[in-house]
Amino acid sequence: MSTTTTTRERLSRRDQPSRRTLEKGPSGWLAAPALAFFMLFAILPLLGVLFLSFTRWDGLGEIKLDGLSSWNTVLADPVTGNALLVTAKIMFFSFIVQAPISLLLGVFTAASQKYRAALAVLYFVPLLLSSAAVAIAFKALLDPNFGLGPGLGLPFLAQDWLGNSDLVLFVVVFVIAWQFVPFHTLIYQGGVRQIPTSLYEAAQIDGAGRIQQFFNITLPQLKYTMITSSTLMVVGSLAYFDLIFVLTAGGPGYSTRLLPLHMYLTGFKANDMGAASALGVILVVIGLALALFLQRLGGKNRNASQLEGA
Amino acid sequence: MASTTQIPTVPAPLPAPATTRRRPQKLGRSRPNFLGGLGGWLWLAIIIVPVYYVVITSLKNQAGFFTSNPMLPPAEPTLDNYKLVLENDFARYFANSLIVTLGSVVPALFVAFMAAYAIVRGKGRFLSWTNNVFLLGLAIPLHATIIPIYWMITKAHMYDTLLALILPSIAFAIPVSVLILSNFMRDVPNELFESMRLDGCSDWAMMWRLALPMTKPAVITVGIYNALHVWNGFLFPLILTQSPETRVLPLSLWTFQGEFSVNIPAVLASVVLATLPLLVVYVVARRQLLSGLTAGFSK
Repeated sequence: MSTTTTTRERLSRRDQPSRRTLEKGPSGWLAAPALAFFMLFAILPLLGVLFLSFTRWDGLGEIKLDGLSSWNTVLADPVTGNALLVTAKIMFFSFIVQAPISLLLGVFTAASQKYRAALAVLYFVPLLLSSAAVAIAFKALLDPNFGLGPGLGLPFLAQDWLGNSDLVLFVVVFVIAWQFVPFHTLIYQGGVRQIPTSLYEAAQIDGAGRIQQFFNITLPQLKYTMITSSTLMVVGSLAYFDLIFVLTAGGPGYSTRLLPLHMYLTGFKANDMGAASALGVILVVIGLALALFLQRLGGKNRNASQLEGA
Repeated sequence: MASTTQIPTVPAPLPAPATTRRRPQKLGRSRPNFLGGLGGWLWLAIIIVPVYYVVITSLKNQAGFFTSNPMLPPAEPTLDNYKLVLENDFARYFANSLIVTLGSVVPALFVAFMAAYAIVRGKGRFLSWTNNVFLLGLAIPLHATIIPIYWMITKAHMYDTLLALILPSIAFAIPVSVLILSNFMRDVPNELFESMRLDGCSDWAMMWRLALPMTKPAVITVGIYNALHVWNGFLFPLILTQSPETRVLPLSLWTFQGEFSVNIPAVLASVVLATLPLLVVYVVARRQLLSGLTAGFSK
């Protein structure tokens, strides 16, 4: 604060116009193009999805106002409840699997050993593949006749992974982890590298072992990294669309038909855009609630605290 | 900072060996961590096996695929599958992906940079409201808006054009770009702006001559992050395009899979070919690519 006041005092002795611009800062018009784009293609559609949920539309013809009938259809349909359950399961299991693995791999790859750096180069390869590519690769790999099982000669690996409704959910969770653990590993690696080494040196002098250092230094220091990574994991699991669409198309039956996929199939395959919009509204409400809840956990004013931690 | 209080500050009675080792060691890995190493190699196997399978299978001919052991490399490797994929308009899909990616990322960076500058340097209710709108955009699963976007695009007669993919991609790239660029811009010392102001510089000039050079790494990072998302994006192409003329790479993989359903080696060759450009970038500029991937989330 002191620097600004001194500059202002200095400025007040100078010409008036530049003082005026200093107080005003740049014009808000600079933000207008970004805001306009975002309003037009994100906020307006967000309101549009609410509006369309009260209409009947097949995607081609006229849009007709239809009151609450789409909502009644959606809420009475057992597939909706099932889609919510599948979404919750995938979100929960993905988090349980990904969070610890990413954390440990982040710590593992942040260390200075040469072999770890070499392994890390390979760990991040899945990040280069699109979801469609990952799904197609695993579809082939998990084939009971021409995939991993017969290749390794291990009968228990030669199951109909994607056709068995008891197994498929866990297969999906595994493939999601394969694709997204590298991303979160990268986030944790960055977080670990920012922990001051002096903390570890002090702990060593105090005789703390590796496990103690992990729990007393690494974990507490990674608090904000964990919140960031967890938020992205949980909110991101509402966007697992393309991977599951190509891998299982929601099947077999409805066993992997999670909410975004259910919305797409209702709208663009069953041509019921009204019901699909109602599902879209549900998706938005859940996403917003989760994000706000996780941000609350992390405490307010994260921008300031991030700098403080550095 | 509060978290540092968790470290035991009261010096416990020092065990004798610890006092003798006063030389600062890097993260203090005195003895090898066997358990960690084991886990590391195990994870490597999990990552590498699918990649290995895709590559060797793409080099097999169809007869070889049905008869040979799936996990062994082909006795007679062949590039016929790659030829088949390349003959099926792969170059066009590649060009489409490139146009959509560049056409989205460059304008998105431009408008997001100006917005970030205004939000960080400016004052007033409008700008703080704008910032909140973008923060809200981060929290909303924007994929929920595909139906109204589809409606808008068809109404504007843009269905099945590359512009239909570019416009929403720009909008969806903006919130995260503004957030990260403004986080980095806050670190530019205020004194630099003030001295330029005293020299009579306008905001427009300061933005390009001071803020941009100072935040260049962040701009590159955000650009890479957005480019990867658009390049690998599947949902918009799926709902907003239809014909082979506007098909982008991820969608082409899906359609190849439908067309060559029994020719798995050819499908996997298309996966390899579609990943190759990014693999080249990874080999050439790994550091930039990886920092772009997390887009400063771990800043």
